[in-house]
Amino acid sequence: MSLQFVVDGLLAGSMIGLGAIGVTLTYSILRFSNFAHGDFMAWGTYATLAVVGAIGAMFGKIAPIAPLSFGWPLIVALILGVALTGLLALLLDFVLFARLRAKGQAIIVVMASFGASMALRSLLEFVFTSRPTYFSRAIQIAMPVGFGIRITPDQIALLLLTSVLVLGVHLLMTRTQTGRSMQALSQNAALARIVGIDVASVVRFTWIIGGALACIAGVMIGILIQIRPFMGFDMLLPMFAAAILGGIGSVPGAVLGGLIIGLAEAGAVQLIGAEWRAAVSFIILMAVLFVRPIGLFGVRER
Amino acid sequence: MDLLGYGAFFLTTALIFSLVTLGLNLQWGLTGLFNVGLAGFVAIGAYTSALLTTPDDAARLGGFGLPILIGWLGAMIVGGVAAALTGIATLRLKSDYLAITTFGVAVIVQLVALNAQKLTGGPFGIGFIPRPFGSLAETPLLFNLSNLAVVSAVTLIAYLALEHLSRSPWGRVLKALREDERAAISLGKSARFYRVQAFAVGGAIMALAGALQAHFTGFIAPDNYLPILTFQVWVMLIVGGSGSNLGAVVGSILVWAIWVGSGTLTSVLFPPEQQARAASLQIVAIGVMLCIILLLRPNGLFGDRPLHVRFGKQAKVVAGESSPGS
Repeated sequence: MSLQFVVDGLLAGSMIGLGAIGVTLTYSILRFSNFAHGDFMAWGTYATLAVVGAIGAMFGKIAPIAPLSFGWPLIVALILGVALTGLLALLLDFVLFARLRAKGQAIIVVMASFGASMALRSLLEFVFTSRPTYFSRAIQIAMPVGFGIRITPDQIALLLLTSVLVLGVHLLMTRTQTGRSMQALSQNAALARIVGIDVASVVRFTWIIGGALACIAGVMIGILIQIRPFMGFDMLLPMFAAAILGGIGSVPGAVLGGLIIGLAEAGAVQLIGAEWRAAVSFIILMAVLFVRPIGLFGVRER
Repeated sequence: MDLLGYGAFFLTTALIFSLVTLGLNLQWGLTGLFNVGLAGFVAIGAYTSALLTTPDDAARLGGFGLPILIGWLGAMIVGGVAAALTGIATLRLKSDYLAITTFGVAVIVQLVALNAQKLTGGPFGIGFIPRPFGSLAETPLLFNLSNLAVVSAVTLIAYLALEHLSRSPWGRVLKALREDERAAISLGKSARFYRVQAFAVGGAIMALAGALQAHFTGFIAPDNYLPILTFQVWVMLIVGGSGSNLGAVVGSILVWAIWVGSGTLTSVLFPPEQQARAASLQIVAIGVMLCIILLLRPNGLFGDRPLHVRFGKQAKVVAGESSPGS
């Protein structure tokens, strides 16, 4: 068995983990599992793709930055895409989720998110068709780094980006007032209100963070694999499994859960075959639910 | 005559959907269990019955050539067991875990249907599934009408049985659990035990619907059981009104009519090369419809579900509304 699966697994795990942070925050702060989260991923990616296209139309063809497959247009587009995805999440909350939350039945919100997911995804299919597309069709040469492992410059850059983002979110959650408010709200909503935490602004912030990370994870998939309207929906089960494995509400848990699932998937692809990849998250999910439903870093509900 | 035949065909499909919706109504409407993987349970039923009843096939396991009724029974048993296992795994946890797990079940069933060629025939599916009135296939009208008769009979039986169940002491316990779990438990009812039962019976009904559909079309493939099926059935239940069996049946027929109608409309309005895109717009419209109904009329047409409106409060609202008018 070649060690290549470590690199593949870490990359897949990064994408799952970044998405799972959003899932876990939405669950712990807004108290519902958001089935539309995967579609934030796809929307963010297509938004970024559209901006890249617009920049290309304005400035002509731009050479990529030395060893990478993309140049500054993608970086600028990603920043815009992140903003747009955050806005999409806020908009969806405003027209749909917030109104249903006010009625007080959590599970209705879950169903609405399922409906929204279907509508969002089909809208992408309508606008961009279901044919897969790419940010770049150039093929990168993978460099051997020993132990039979090969890695491309893009992959190195994205792994670095993931580490920076995870560290950033962790510091945000633990060292800033906003982050502490989020934690307070997730641990005890009533008490958080009593001490004067502005719930509405924390909710807004949660959506923006979740949407932003979903967009970045989606663009990573777009750079390394391909862009399809279903790309986010297919990530949904791994993301939920990662969030539950890590313990709902825990950001480091979501990332670690994502990495474990990514590595397990990559290992399974090598041992059993790529067609069974999606089964890995389900098996891990069931194992967690039977053995330790609160996950690795979870806290028991009070 | 063609129109009559088409009407029968349409109603048969709609009634099969009704059967799935009835199963979902038992799970969600009556018991409050959220199933977003129902396409998986429908597929389990269809494949089980197909395996049991098709003639022997060298390319895959079985084809046991058993009678159709045995196939249906087998579908219900396997579907019920699958649902019971899902329930046992998740029903002691918060409701969202059930949602996520059922979602996973549908993904796994889809995966097995696509990849376990020896069992399911892979992407090409299973053909030559015996039809109850296959000998009548030469006269389409008679064939369609007899299919309609069979499906109506099964749906009617399921409807009456569920109506009876929901009025029985068993059904009252489920409703009590849905409305106020703590009070029901304090009366000595085991929440988990009753919920697993309801989930299993619902799963069995969905599997039966899948089996009916398989024998009605004679051919099944993994594509029949995509998440869009789950979504359609949910819209049917919400439109009809969750909690009401009558609502489940009427909602299914209504939504299926809208679905088929809008499909015909898009095929008339859009050129052939744009059809696939137009079809995705159809899904957008139904998704938006679901969200709007949830926002504006969460009880649907016939729903009995007092969405968090306690009895006293409801009485007050009614009083408040009637006083200015009078």
